[in-house]
Amino acid sequence: MIHKMGELRLMKGNEVIAEAAIRCGCDGYFGYPITPQSEILETLMARRPWEETGMVVLQAESEGASINMLYGAASSGKKVMTSSSSPGISLMSEGLSYLAGAELPALIVNVQRGGPGLGTIQPSQSDYFQATKGGGHGDFHLIVLAPASVQEMNDFVDLGFELAFKYKNPALILADGVIGQMMEKVELSDYKPRWTEAEIEKLNGSWAANGKKPYRERYIKTSLELVADVQEKNNYRIQAKYQKMREEEVRYEMIGCDDAEYIIVAFGLSARLSQKAIQVLREKGIKVGLLRPITLFPFPTKIISELADRVKGFLCVEMNSGQMVEDVRLAVNGKTKVEYHGHMGGIISNPTEVAEVLQSTLIGG
Amino acid sequence: MAEIQLQDIIKPENKVYGKSKVLTDKTMHYCYGCSHGVVHKLVAEVIEEMGIQDKTIGISPVGCSVFMYDYLNIDFLEAAHGKAPALATGYKRTNPDKYVFTYQGDGDLAAIGTGETFHAVNRGENIVMIFINNAIYGMTGGQMAPTTLVGQVTSTTPRGRDVELNGYPLKITELLAQLPGAAYVTRQSVHTPANVRKCKKAIRKAFENSAKNIGTSFVEVVSTCNSGWKIDPVAANKWMEENMFPFYPLGDLKDSTRDDVNNFVVQKLKK
Repeated sequence: MIHKMGELRLMKGNEVIAEAAIRCGCDGYFGYPITPQSEILETLMARRPWEETGMVVLQAESEGASINMLYGAASSGKKVMTSSSSPGISLMSEGLSYLAGAELPALIVNVQRGGPGLGTIQPSQSDYFQATKGGGHGDFHLIVLAPASVQEMNDFVDLGFELAFKYKNPALILADGVIGQMMEKVELSDYKPRWTEAEIEKLNGSWAANGKKPYRERYIKTSLELVADVQEKNNYRIQAKYQKMREEEVRYEMIGCDDAEYIIVAFGLSARLSQKAIQVLREKGIKVGLLRPITLFPFPTKIISELADRVKGFLCVEMNSGQMVEDVRLAVNGKTKVEYHGHMGGIISNPTEVAEVLQSTLIGG
Repeated sequence: MAEIQLQDIIKPENKVYGKSKVLTDKTMHYCYGCSHGVVHKLVAEVIEEMGIQDKTIGISPVGCSVFMYDYLNIDFLEAAHGKAPALATGYKRTNPDKYVFTYQGDGDLAAIGTGETFHAVNRGENIVMIFINNAIYGMTGGQMAPTTLVGQVTSTTPRGRDVELNGYPLKITELLAQLPGAAYVTRQSVHTPANVRKCKKAIRKAFENSAKNIGTSFVEVVSTCNSGWKIDPVAANKWMEENMFPFYPLGDLKDSTRDDVNNFVVQKLKK
């Protein structure tokens, strides 16, 4: 089958998020400006999708309001999203927990900047823990997708909504300031119409609180349950979804791993620069491959464990103090060496440096 | 004249009062003398009378009325503390044909949720906001609320609210009435049958406004919390009349029509 090429454009990652939202039939975007992702809201406001597809766009008064506007709209079975950057995501963390607790689908985009606190506006991957371990109170996870290109900024909007609705759980696109700001060639998705009320009733009628129908009980979208037995049951139901995700939704990319003696594990921008480092190392005759997790939750634990049986070591390259390396160590479980290399505060490693670190920490001499 | 039998009286034409079909059979958890039950009943009656049970979405707060969703037979959302107006905004914007109301106490609406309250009203969201002001935190055991009166004893103002320490009681309803997005702002009570009837009219008007697209309708109900106030229900009504009403006077604060909203003067920027 010949793949019919979609519309090709040269665009910024942030602009592509906005464009992809309109094209995938998103019903509403609620957001608050923050660097380095304000172009998402700006692009939507300039595009005026309410005149084109009927998609609602609203600049909220805060990130706390944005995420709760999502809760309201998502309760009706509609496709809604927000975006922010690290400090703003912290402000949303209460709402993320409530969305997961009430089992509501929504899409959140985090174009990360360095922290802690107000930190910096430079790119970072320092929200890995926050993104993958819940990012709010209570036992929950977000579905976390890590784009490494502007193309994936396009593709993961639709995928994020698909997974969010499949599991009735919020999904997060964990990008960074570079992926958001850089321009690349992108093949845009074709337009999908927004769901009609009849389609929402058909697809989400078993849970969407879109007005009590005479033929069904009323729907209550809540995370509150004071009876401990029932609350535990609710928790088990939610945990079962996470288990299913671990079994069925793990996504990753492997480059040059077949003959590799060493593996670099990196996501997002770090995976891009690690590819160059691998090229440098291969030119020296050192066989290195790249494992790029695409879903950070669920994490590709199984494949890392399998690789650990045959490779001599792993190097995690991250733009943080070493967060994902903890999950890699758990997957490797002592079978071989696991090292970390990275920078914080908005500094991006250069490929030569990564190559040198791999040689010195995993090979020695 | 024949003696009247009970079965002769029980006829549809003799019916003067009935429980709204929009109310569920669940026994309310509220204390005796609490205003919540009466206001819930009024909301249910208005929904039934307007025939909008299938089009109405309620949003309950954090506080005593968190379980409002147990008592009304409509679809309901339960919000995080103070966030009901944000939920209502998201819901109503993406579902403009629905009737959306929030139901919040003084802590939820006027303390933790002040930001969401102001901005929802300022944007003129076409929603109904019902505000129960009993000047105390009921659910957590009687602590100071933003609306607690000066000198009023609560568990966190054991010597009475002191303005030096706690600031002044917040007349949030008066502030909201200043906002151009507010279409209808009224203050009611439910402590006498006459007031119950007036309050119901206000709630009905607020719901009818939703369909007119003229902005936010805001109904404050000055209420009693005899458990929090540590007095019996009858004394609580008296205390409310003597202390709450002078500071929170009943009546309409604002009542706009479509024309008022259209004629609201907005300064145009000079080119």
